[in-house]
Amino acid sequence: MDRAALYRRRRIVNFVYLGISVLAVLFGLFWLVWILWTLFAQGLQALNPAMFTQTTPPPGSAGGLANAIFGSLLMSLLATLIGTPVGILAGTYVAEYGRRGWLGPATRFVNDILLSAPSIVIGLFVYAVYVAKVQHFSGWAGTFALALIVIPVVLKTTENMLRLVPDTMREAAAALGAPQWIVISFVTLRAARAGIITGVLLAIARISGETAPLLFTALNNQFWSFNMDAPMANLPVVIFQFAMSPYQDWQTLAWGGALLVTLSVLALNIVARAVFAQKSTIA
Amino acid sequence: MDTVDHALEAPQGASLPPGMLRGIPQTLLKRQQLYDLAFRSVTRMFAFLVLALLLGILISLLIGSWPAIQAFGPGFLASHEWNPVTEKFGALVPIFGTVATSFIALSIGIPVSFGIAVFLTELSPLWMRRPIGTAIELLAAIPSIIYGMWGLFVFAPVFADYVQPWMIDYLGPIWFIGPLFKGAPQGIGMLTAGLILAIMVIPFIASVMRDVFEVVPAMLKESAYAVGATTWEVVWNVVLPYTKIGVVGGILLGLGRALGETMAVTFVIGNAHRLGTSLFAPGNSIASALANEFTEAVGGLYTSALIELGLILFLITFVVLALSKILLYQLAKREGTLT
Repeated sequence: MDRAALYRRRRIVNFVYLGISVLAVLFGLFWLVWILWTLFAQGLQALNPAMFTQTTPPPGSAGGLANAIFGSLLMSLLATLIGTPVGILAGTYVAEYGRRGWLGPATRFVNDILLSAPSIVIGLFVYAVYVAKVQHFSGWAGTFALALIVIPVVLKTTENMLRLVPDTMREAAAALGAPQWIVISFVTLRAARAGIITGVLLAIARISGETAPLLFTALNNQFWSFNMDAPMANLPVVIFQFAMSPYQDWQTLAWGGALLVTLSVLALNIVARAVFAQKSTIA
Repeated sequence: MDTVDHALEAPQGASLPPGMLRGIPQTLLKRQQLYDLAFRSVTRMFAFLVLALLLGILISLLIGSWPAIQAFGPGFLASHEWNPVTEKFGALVPIFGTVATSFIALSIGIPVSFGIAVFLTELSPLWMRRPIGTAIELLAAIPSIIYGMWGLFVFAPVFADYVQPWMIDYLGPIWFIGPLFKGAPQGIGMLTAGLILAIMVIPFIASVMRDVFEVVPAMLKESAYAVGATTWEVVWNVVLPYTKIGVVGGILLGLGRALGETMAVTFVIGNAHRLGTSLFAPGNSIASALANEFTEAVGGLYTSALIELGLILFLITFVVLALSKILLYQLAKREGTLT
């Protein structure tokens, strides 16, 4: 083959493969746009004030999602309050003390696995150790399941952010005579604060849409319930039940709930990015 | 504590009166040492808690599935029976469904993710990298139940009306792969579940691939460009061989996600305990069987069999994710940076 032909062939191969790579990007964006478009088209129809003031209706009558919204907010809040300190403290150990010895690397490894482990298995676990013992589904069980999902996310970001803090900062604090616990809690953790807040926001975003771990723990409740020891309504499970039902009103409400959940998750993601970006420009 | 005292001595010429540093009472020093020990122990305890969580999950699932393990033994894995009335259970159908849908997801997800990563690292103008990278990452942020609803109400009807008849006509007669595309175009089924899983794993695989492509030393790529390689040749012959461990790690991470995905699959797989060759037929995966049947399961053996399914799922994903992490750590170690 003469050189010109070889050169042309290589150029064509290059062009074809790079063209395919552009198509791959368009392929990915296509689904994002289609899904979001569907959500807005279907969800906006369902959106009305009653959705935030009335409880989930029986089939065939009007209603809203107020009790489910309340349940989701309450359980997510409590799960974040439980999971965040655990994640931050364990992440602090891995990043600050775990550089030598086996516990640090082992915790990081196990945490990476828990981060991607099927969330339905977390639900099964809470069912086995809590729900089966107390013999009934409850808001607390749902909260525990969600907290177990918060921990790995917060641990991972805490560890990564603490690693970004330069050692010179630790040494400077130690040189002033600060004991290690003061160095960690008032210097390194403070320097990593924006990153850790980002991690907590991402964890909240993650649990706001989680359905699988709530199926066997919080279950659902058709009525207002402020009792954490009883089954509790929550948006994802309501969406699941209503969407799978044959009733038109229920399906409409499910779309409304789906839009609500997705908007909050996307908003949390965007806020988390903004917090992090702000920190990066200062640093 | 002589050394500590010595270290606290003010350097010569310092403006602080020496007494301020020298005069730290021993009690204060002792107290701070106690605080240090307490702080260290508390964080250490929480690190242990995370390890205990993994063990706890394994043990509790093992205890929960013990009645089923005793009743069915290893035959549980090979039996395709699933009959709550006669209390005969086997895991073959859900395991097959989980593996088959994940396989479909990867066979579409890998090339697409690769294309996206190549675009983001080699082709895209700088100003487009962030918005496109973020958009692809948003695919991972959408809750899986939304994928499920959209799949059932929007994607499945379109798929049944336009794509499946075409597949039956053109792919059905082909030797060997033909039987995969036979049957009624219902929209839901194994293939639909696999396709939606593919969309869901793309952001995970693409972001790992992008991250590992970015660590390739610029000098390696520039050397290849300098001897006249095209962009594609650089990607295929320099970037990919350099990062192959990380790429495999990313693929395994995506596989781990696909295997355990619950809600999206539950909506569209059809939930039928049936074993067939057709990808259009409804099937079942481990996660969707759990989501559908667990709260309705009556009788100890039924519940126990479902928990054993959960245990199997956890073990499979554990092995896949552990492999993925080991490969990614290896690449990071070679780079000298652990992310």
